Amino acid sequence: MTDVTDVTDVTDVLAPPAPGHDVELPQTHLPAGTGGGHLDEPHGHGHEDHGPTGILKWLTSTDHKVIGLSYMITSIVLFYFAGIMALFIRLQLTTPHSSLLTFGQYNELFTMHGSLMLYLFAGPFAFGGLANYVVPLQIGAPDMAFPRLNALSYWLYLTGSITMLLGFLVAGGAASFGWVAYAPLSSAASSPGIGGDVWIMALVLTGFSAIFTGVNLVATIFYLRAPGMTMFRMPIFTWNMLVTGILILIAFPVLTGALVMLFCDRHFGTHIFTVTGCHLVNGAPYSGCGSPLLWQNLFWFFGHPEVYILALPFFGIVTEVLPVFSRKPVFGYKGMVFATMAIAALSTGVWAHHMFTTGAVLLPFFSFLSLLIAVPTGIKFFNWIGTMWGGQLVFTTPMLFCIGFLLAFLMGGVTGIMLASPPIDFATHDTYFVVAHFHQVLVGTAVFAGFAGFYYWYPKMFGRMLNDTLGKWHFWLLFVGFWLTFMPQYIVGLKGMPRRVASYPTDLGWQIYNELSTIGAFIIAVSFAIMLWNLWQSWRKPIPAGNNPWDAHTLEWFTTSPPPHHNYTHLPPIRSERPTWDYNHPDALAVPHGVVAEAAAHARKKEPVA
Amino acid sequence: MTSPSAESADPSPLDGAPRRRSRWLAAAAVVGGALLLAGCKVPNFGEYPGATTQGRTENHLWQLFFIAGLVVGGFVFLLILWAIFRYRRKSEEMPRQTQYHTLLEVVYTVVPIIIVLVLFVFTVLAENNVDATPARPAATITVNAFQWGWEFEYPGAPGSGCANPSSPTANQNRCVKVIGQTTQDPTMVIPTGSEVQINLRSLDVLHGFYVPEFNFSRYASPGYTTSFDFNALHTGDFRGQCTQLCGLYHSLMFFNVKVVTRGQFTVWLHTEQAAVEANPSHNPKLPSGVNGGAANTNSPSNNQGGDLSGD
Repeated sequence: MTDVTDVTDVTDVLAPPAPGHDVELPQTHLPAGTGGGHLDEPHGHGHEDHGPTGILKWLTSTDHKVIGLSYMITSIVLFYFAGIMALFIRLQLTTPHSSLLTFGQYNELFTMHGSLMLYLFAGPFAFGGLANYVVPLQIGAPDMAFPRLNALSYWLYLTGSITMLLGFLVAGGAASFGWVAYAPLSSAASSPGIGGDVWIMALVLTGFSAIFTGVNLVATIFYLRAPGMTMFRMPIFTWNMLVTGILILIAFPVLTGALVMLFCDRHFGTHIFTVTGCHLVNGAPYSGCGSPLLWQNLFWFFGHPEVYILALPFFGIVTEVLPVFSRKPVFGYKGMVFATMAIAALSTGVWAHHMFTTGAVLLPFFSFLSLLIAVPTGIKFFNWIGTMWGGQLVFTTPMLFCIGFLLAFLMGGVTGIMLASPPIDFATHDTYFVVAHFHQVLVGTAVFAGFAGFYYWYPKMFGRMLNDTLGKWHFWLLFVGFWLTFMPQYIVGLKGMPRRVASYPTDLGWQIYNELSTIGAFIIAVSFAIMLWNLWQSWRKPIPAGNNPWDAHTLEWFTTSPPPHHNYTHLPPIRSERPTWDYNHPDALAVPHGVVAEAAAHARKKEPVA
Repeated sequence: MTSPSAESADPSPLDGAPRRRSRWLAAAAVVGGALLLAGCKVPNFGEYPGATTQGRTENHLWQLFFIAGLVVGGFVFLLILWAIFRYRRKSEEMPRQTQYHTLLEVVYTVVPIIIVLVLFVFTVLAENNVDATPARPAATITVNAFQWGWEFEYPGAPGSGCANPSSPTANQNRCVKVIGQTTQDPTMVIPTGSEVQINLRSLDVLHGFYVPEFNFSRYASPGYTTSFDFNALHTGDFRGQCTQLCGLYHSLMFFNVKVVTRGQFTVWLHTEQAAVEANPSHNPKLPSGVNGGAANTNSPSNNQGGDLSGD
C-alpha cells in the first residue's frame, strides 16, 4: 500500500560538512515528532565560514539565500513606497476637485504606483525573492544553477529600481503615461522629458534581470534536483516556479524588445508606434505610418503572461501553506500541476482581451480563451478547498493570509469572467470596475498570498518566529481595509467613473464611494505599519523557531533555520512530495494514487464523526 | 497505511458536491434563459439599464453573468466557509491523508467547461448584436477625439461635397461640425429609434469614447477609423467622458449626448446644413425647443439648451 521503505535510511548526498566551528542553532520547542529531521549532529555552519561577513557579504555573495533575501528586502521597501503613493492617490480622490496634487503630479503618481507594484514588487518579490530562497531548498540543491548570473540578476534589478525612482528627480518629472505606456502618448511628442526615458531604461534593466532569473530557475529545477526528487515529487511551489520561469522566457523578451523600439521612436526618428510624421489624409493612414496598435499587441503579449507570472508563484505559496495547516497532502496534486500548465499555455493566447474596445481584434477567439482560463483556475480552487476538507485546520498567520487570498481571488476571478465577455468589457473598460477587479486579483495574490509566504518562510530564513498576535492584527486590518477599499470601486465604476482621473464631477454621487475607498486604504496602511512593528520586535526579541515550527511537509524544513551555506548536510529519503512529513510521520502517508475505489467507498459510507 | 482516525475524518463531502453543483448549474441556465426573455424584470445589479438597443443587450448579458457569478461564486464561497468552520482543529487526531478522488476531479473539470461554453454562446449572441453595423444607417456621425476634447461631424447639405465627413474626398468646409470649448462641453445630437453609425478616430493620442448610460466604450485611435452603431431607445441627455489616459487634462474630457426624436433631428440637421452653406464658419446650435429629459443631466458643465460653439 505504500512505496515508502526504510525511513531511517538517511541519504548523504553532499560531501561531509567542512571543518569549522558549529553555530549554536536554536532548537525546536515543539512537541517531539514535529521537529525537522532529528539528526544527531546538525552540522550547520553559516555562510560566515565561506566568505566575507557584514556588508561585504551582502555586496559580493552568490549564495541564493543571501540574494533571495536582498531581493525580498528591496522589493518590500519598494512595496511600501508604492503603497505611500497609493495613499496620495486616494487622498486626492476623496473630494471631487482636490487641490492636493496637480493633474501632472497625479499622473506621475499612478504611473509609478503601477510600475513599482507590478514590475518591481510583485514579480521580483516572488521569483527573485521567495523562489530564489526556497526553490533550491525544496529540491535539495546546494544553490541555484548559475550563482553568479543570479547575483547579476539582483544587481540589475536594484539598478533598474533605483533608475525608476530617479524619474522623480529629473526635469519634467517621472513618467506619466501609465504603467502600460500606450503609444502614442508615450512618444517624444506627447511625453517629452527624460522621465519617460528613465522609465524605459529601468524596465530594460529589470527585464534582463527577470530573464536571467527565469533561465536560472528553469535550469536549477531541471538539473539540480536531489536524488529521489522526481518531477512529480516536487512541491507545487517549485512546479509553479518552473512554469513561471518558462513564462518569463516567453514574455519578458517581448517587453524588452518593445521598449527598445519605443526608445528608438522617442530618440532615433523611427515611427514604429506613431503616426506623426507620416502622411495622413483626414486622420487616416496614407503612407509610411507606424501603428499605435502594435504597441498594445506587443505590450499585452508580454502583459498577459506577466499577469500569470505574478499569479502562479503566489498560487504556489498557497498550495504550500494550506496543506501544512490542514495536516493533509495537497488534494489533486497532479491535477494541480496540469492546471498550472494549462493556465500558462492559455495565458499566451489571451492578450487581446485588454484590447476588446480597440475595435480591431477578433473578439470571439480572445473571449473564448479568456473564459477558458476559468477552468484550470477553478480546478485550483477545488484543489485548495479539497485540501482543507476533512483536515485539522489551525489558523496561524500564514493560514489566515491564505484564506484572505482565497476570498479575494474568488471575487477577482468572478469579475474577471465578466470582463472576459466583450460586451461587458465595452461597458466597464477603463472604469473603476476594472480597477477594482485587477486590484482584487493582484492584492489577493501578491499581497495576501505573498505575505502568507513571507510569514510562512520567515522562521526558515531567520531562525526566529514572527509574533502571531501581531500577525493576526495585520491580517484582520488588511482584510477589512481591502474589502472596504475595493468593493465601492466596483459600484462607482458601474456608475461610469473612469480610471486615471484626478478629479470628477461633484453631482454624480461618486464621492461617498471614493471616501469609503480612502478609509479602506488607510486601514491597509495601518496593517502594514503593524507588520513593520512585528519585524522590529522579532529583531529585538527573537523567538527561536527551530527547524520545523509548522510541522511542514517539504524538504526545506528538514534543514536548520537558517540553512547552512550549502543548505543540507543530510537529506531524508524522498519518496513523495512530502519528504519531511514522511520522515516525521511514517504512519500518516498520503493515500497512494490509485486507491480511488477504496477512497470512494469510504466516502460513501458516510460514517458519523467520531 | 492510513492513520487510525481515517474513517472518522470525512462525512462524505465528496459525492455530495458534484450533484449539488450540477443542480445549481441547471438552475443558472434556466434563470439565464428566462433572463434573456424577460430581462427588464430582473435587477440591473448596479449597471445602467442601457439607453440604446445595444446597451440593453449588454445589460441583459450582464444580468446573466452577474447571476451566474453569484451562483458559482456563492457556491465556492460557501464551500470555503464550510471548510474553515467545520474543519477547525479540535484534536491532535491525524486526518485521513486523502490525495486524489478521480470522479470528483473529473466533475470539477467538466462542469466549469460546460458553464464556460454556455457563457460563451450568450456572449457571442450579444456581441454580434452590439457590434452590428447595418449598411444603411439613418445618420452617420464622425467623431474626432483630440487632446482634450471632441468634435462631432455631420454630413453637409446634399450636393455640398460632404456626404460623409470621414471620406478622404469630403469637402470639410461644408460639413456640419460641433466642437466644445474650454467652458462648454460639446454635445452630440442623435435621433431616437434609428441606427446611427459613429465613425470614431483620434487626431493625436489614444482616447476612450465612453457613454456610461449606453453601456458602451470604444478606443479612438490614431491611424484607423473604427465604426459602431447606436440605436437610442428614448430621448434624453446623457453624459460621456474619455476613459483612456490621454495626458494632462484627461480628467476633464467630457461630452454630452442629446437624443431627440427623428423629426427633431432631421429639422435640426437641415437647419444647420443650410446655415453652414450660407456661412462656413457657422456655430451649430442645439435643437430649439427640445427638452430631452433634463433628469438625466448630470454634468456640471453641461450646456443644456445653450449655444454650441463650432469652427
